[in-house]
Amino acid sequence: MTSAFMSILKRDLTLAFRQGGGIGTAIGFFLTVVVLLPLGLGPDQNLLSRIAPGALWIALLLSVLLSADKLWQADYDDGSLEVMALSDTPLEVTALAKASVHWLTSGLPLAIAAPLLGFLLNLDTALVLPLMTAMVTGSLALSLLASLGAAITVGLRQGGLLVSLLILPLYVPVMIFGVLSTSGFQTSIDNSGTSLLILAAIVLVALVVSPFASAAALRSYLR
Amino acid sequence: MEISGKGLACERGGRLVFTGLGFSATGGRMLVLRGPNGAGKTSLLRLIAGVAEPAAGALSFTGAGEDGEIAPHVHFVAHQDAIKLHLTVEENLAFWAGFLGGGDIGTALDALNLRALRSFQAQRLSAGQKRRLGLARLALAPRPVWLLDEPTVGLDTHSQGLLASLMTAHLEAGNILIASTHIDLPVPSTDVLDFAGVTS
Amino acid sequence: MSSIERFANPTRFLKLQAAVQPWVWAITIALFAIGLYLGLVRSPTDYQQGETVRIMYVHVPAAWSALMVYSVMALASIVAIVFRHPLADVAARAAAPIGACFCFLSLATGSLWGKPMWGTWWVWDARLTSMFVLFLLYLGYMAVWQAIDDPRRAARVAAIVAIVGFINVPIVKFSVDWWYSLHQPASVFRMGGPTIHKDLLMPLLVMGLAYTFLFLALHLKSMRTEIGARRIRQAELAQTGAIR
Repeated sequence: MTSAFMSILKRDLTLAFRQGGGIGTAIGFFLTVVVLLPLGLGPDQNLLSRIAPGALWIALLLSVLLSADKLWQADYDDGSLEVMALSDTPLEVTALAKASVHWLTSGLPLAIAAPLLGFLLNLDTALVLPLMTAMVTGSLALSLLASLGAAITVGLRQGGLLVSLLILPLYVPVMIFGVLSTSGFQTSIDNSGTSLLILAAIVLVALVVSPFASAAALRSYLR
Repeated sequence: MEISGKGLACERGGRLVFTGLGFSATGGRMLVLRGPNGAGKTSLLRLIAGVAEPAAGALSFTGAGEDGEIAPHVHFVAHQDAIKLHLTVEENLAFWAGFLGGGDIGTALDALNLRALRSFQAQRLSAGQKRRLGLARLALAPRPVWLLDEPTVGLDTHSQGLLASLMTAHLEAGNILIASTHIDLPVPSTDVLDFAGVTS
Repeated sequence: MSSIERFANPTRFLKLQAAVQPWVWAITIALFAIGLYLGLVRSPTDYQQGETVRIMYVHVPAAWSALMVYSVMALASIVAIVFRHPLADVAARAAAPIGACFCFLSLATGSLWGKPMWGTWWVWDARLTSMFVLFLLYLGYMAVWQAIDDPRRAARVAAIVAIVGFINVPIVKFSVDWWYSLHQPASVFRMGGPTIHKDLLMPLLVMGLAYTFLFLALHLKSMRTEIGARRIRQAELAQTGAIR
């Protein structure tokens, strides 16, 4: 089971680097949103500094969503998923591996890139560490939920729009506690520690729900 | 070892593909599925593999597993080859070896004459070579039940011979082999399930 | 096909539904008559909100019902997944559009109430936000049924969506409350509140009951329609199978 997990990790990371699509697209999109924001809102340094954490979170969320609906597509289309389903390895483990790959190729690099792009938005340097911690944690939940959304729509031609509609309500809590634990907005009390813990709790819930629900959805498409 | 089905019915895309179908496949004898397009050969293979559920009837599998679960004992080679175009031949096999729990890549390469191609990315292979790579999974990890859906499509005569000897070795070990094919492969002891006969 | 087996329970359900339906309608109409009379005529106006307060008698029960219907839907989905009961799929699917309508009604009336009270149609209030997310969950659920052709596959996938959404609802409610309490602007008037007067509470409860029965009436009818649609499909299926 561990060897199956590692095999998927190795294969999909190789593919991600060789095809060039995944990581590059996500970071490019992230950069686009961050560059367009000041151009749309005006160059006011104070305003940018105030909205920077929220803006970076929105950019992260959109970039993760961009790659979400393709998470299972290739394996479904080329028959690999069917072969994976016919093995000792439970589909739940496969789902967990696929979500891990998605995190390694989207959430993690974006969380690392976020502080750099934060300089473009005049991000307070004191927020760099909290932002990265929150993003690394929160993006785990984003990838797990992306795997679920993609599994629910895997057999559909027009899955993209549906993925967004299905995932959006699931991303609301991650967004809220992600921004709060970055402590970007001037709130009366400092909740960043508590918010980070709640964010971690949301990750744990997603860790339990996502593999089972993804596997169940995939099974119903294979039938 | 035996797989048998009784009174099977299959529904696909809001249509009854077949009803009242019965069959039996025993170890050491190949069961060939014959019939026109749309008769339900692929559907039956999917039912046996357990990736689809019969609308009626029952399947039974005795022999290999005490758990009665058929999925981990099956090699199902469908129309899609389950290969990644951006991986090399060797990397593709290495992935399946790792995922399916071991298996000698060298044996698999030799069994379908892929050794010369092993460092090519799969996107550079011809359709027939891709098919061989898909079939190489059979030689990778030993499994007692092979379900092959049109395995000879795209294969030249020499490759058909390689496949036939692979199948023969599988049958001689007393294993189960069910295949849908239009070509008579030189495999000993064959039973035929004719779909034209059972459905109309 | 074991169609007789498959619809044994639905047949019994249809008998029950036919017997119960007129009574449920009668109770619904009676409850609405009493509730609306109490709410719109008898109950006092609010010294601050004036006549606008009466929107509450339509708005609050709609929000309650939207939540209740989602729970019914999720429960039916759990039964459908665990016990594979054919009626549970039907119940879950039939509930969704009704719940979505209740949810939309509560959003629309909340908006109508907000315009004179807050001076704007929409406020990112904790309750409005979580109702909005609930509305999105309803839309997503119905979209899944729409998008998947094969009804058995659609039923299974939709059930997963409903159950995951059900886990999500309290998390969203909790996070939005937390979020709103940190960003709450001082001037916003909060609706309802714990110290509600008896004269206001009575019509509210009657209206809540009226909505519940309205849901029951519509749900029973909608389930009947859905069962009918499935039987037609089944008949067509048998025919094409025979023709082939």
